[in-house]
Amino acid sequence: MKEKFDVVVIGGGPAGCVAAWHAAKGGASVLLLEKNRSIGPPVRCAEGVGDDGLRLIVEPQPFFIQNRLEGIRFIAPNGSAFEIETEKHGYILNRNVFDFYLAQLAAKEGAEIRTKAYVDSLLLNEGRITGVKFQALRKSYSVESSIVIGADGVESRMGRMAGIRTQLKMKDVESCIQYKLANVDMDTLICNLYFSREISPGGYAWVFPTGEGTANVGLGISGEYGKRYAPKDLLDRFVARLFPAASVLAITVGGVPVTQTLREIVKPGFMLAGDAARQTNPLSGGGIVSGMIAGKLAGQVAAEAVQKGNFSQNALKEYEKRWYKAEGNYHKMYYRLKETIYKLSDDDLNRATQAILKLPAEKRHIINIFKAVLFQKPSLMFDVMILFKDHVKNIINALGK
Amino acid sequence: MIIIKENMCDFCGACVAVCPPDAIELREAEIRIDEDTCTDCKLCVYVCPIDTLEYAA
Ligand SMILES: Cc1cc2nc3c(=O)[nH]c(=O)nc-3n(C[C@H](O)[C@H](O)[C@H](O)COP(=O)(O)OP(=O)(O)OC[C@H]3O[C@@H](n4cnc5c(N)ncnc54)[C@H](O)[C@@H]3O)c2cc1C
Ligand code: SF4
Ligand code: SF4
Repeated sequence: MKEKFDVVVIGGGPAGCVAAWHAAKGGASVLLLEKNRSIGPPVRCAEGVGDDGLRLIVEPQPFFIQNRLEGIRFIAPNGSAFEIETEKHGYILNRNVFDFYLAQLAAKEGAEIRTKAYVDSLLLNEGRITGVKFQALRKSYSVESSIVIGADGVESRMGRMAGIRTQLKMKDVESCIQYKLANVDMDTLICNLYFSREISPGGYAWVFPTGEGTANVGLGISGEYGKRYAPKDLLDRFVARLFPAASVLAITVGGVPVTQTLREIVKPGFMLAGDAARQTNPLSGGGIVSGMIAGKLAGQVAAEAVQKGNFSQNALKEYEKRWYKAEGNYHKMYYRLKETIYKLSDDDLNRATQAILKLPAEKRHIINIFKAVLFQKPSLMFDVMILFKDHVKNIINALGK
Repeated sequence: MIIIKENMCDFCGACVAVCPPDAIELREAEIRIDEDTCTDCKLCVYVCPIDTLEYAA
């Protein structure tokens, strides 16, 4: 294999694949390295995306979609529930097939892809990142590159090696577990989100229908509750109550960053993208679309830098700028909203739901819902008023991602 | 020190993300904790969704 590439991308998730695709499309020679034996599995994901978010990157295609959704239902601790009226719909992807498709798009633009390729260190030269060292099938390789894009997911060790503090605080990571259930009887058009401290403290539980009597059912708890609660016990209790007749076809676990974008996502010759840069939406925990947006911007800026022959930190900062404009600034706000919501007690949530149910259905949009929630905790009102001032529209959009 | 119940690990990376000294290394199906770097802070034990890790004094 070649010993020199313009761009090396580490990690074959949505962020890495889209970064490799757009860097190659912009004319750069690209190598994508993935440590697992295949792009796609193991999928650690509930696979939900909004239609508008997905379309920012690719056209929705039937072959990578498991199910089409038409609404979101929020369920309060006491079981009362309301649905949000949205004209926008969403999908449950088949991430195995979807991630594969993204990698194919990169390959079609000429990117070289290697699986079972574990990157163990970055090459450094006078404060610049100049390539990577990796192992593939017991052989060691050293590859030079003008730019390295770290898209290594929640672990984010590449960022650390480049000198960026990527460690997550316990309160900013969701410790998640999910079952793929069969023999569930449910409405396949609606995804369900359960908010209750008893079910999942500092997080929420989800039931996403995947069609044919199957569903992705899981929950996340804030890392700060990890000492007291075991997510698996919580999920077993939840499933026993909701779907006593179901069978578990698959189990998956994972950590989701729910924080703001890292202060630094660029170093000389280096960029971070996706979960690795903590670019996941901190309100929903969704990272497919935001990771792909970041990957696209990083790939494009990398290709531009290659064309101009300028790989300085300053040139790459263009990526940071575009990211904040596209998403990052909103994440600051979502983060504060997340902090607000998880301060509510189960009683607060029950009362808020009663208030929302008194609204006529057409008025149950997100603004009135937040108003109802905040009415339970006037002390939080001020904080959120500031957020609401300019950003009403963006909060609505947030739910689509 | 941290004991790994290896047949339980799902290689998800949550523990790696919170480890202050970056003492954990994950390959496709292999987890290693560098005992010399580990400070016994137990954050990895708390964040693991399926109790793969255990602290032993
Ligand atoms: C239980 C659960 C449910 C979720 N549900 C949703 C959802 O419904 N909707 C949504 O939008 N998001 C969801 N997410 C989040 C979403 O899965 C992630 O945000 C998304 O996968 C991030 O993409 P990424 O490309 O940044 O990272 P990843 O998809 O994690 O990809 C990183 C890749 O890098 C590879 N890698 C790591 N280190 C190395 C190395 N040293 N060398 C080579 N390769 C390496 C890994 O093997 C991995 O394939 C969920 C997450 C979890 C845990
Ligand atoms: S105990 Fe602390 S330092 Fe040791 S591996 Fe776990 S998180 Fe890292
Ligand atoms: S958090 Fe648990 S399951 Fe995940 S990699 Fe670490 S030890 Fe394994």
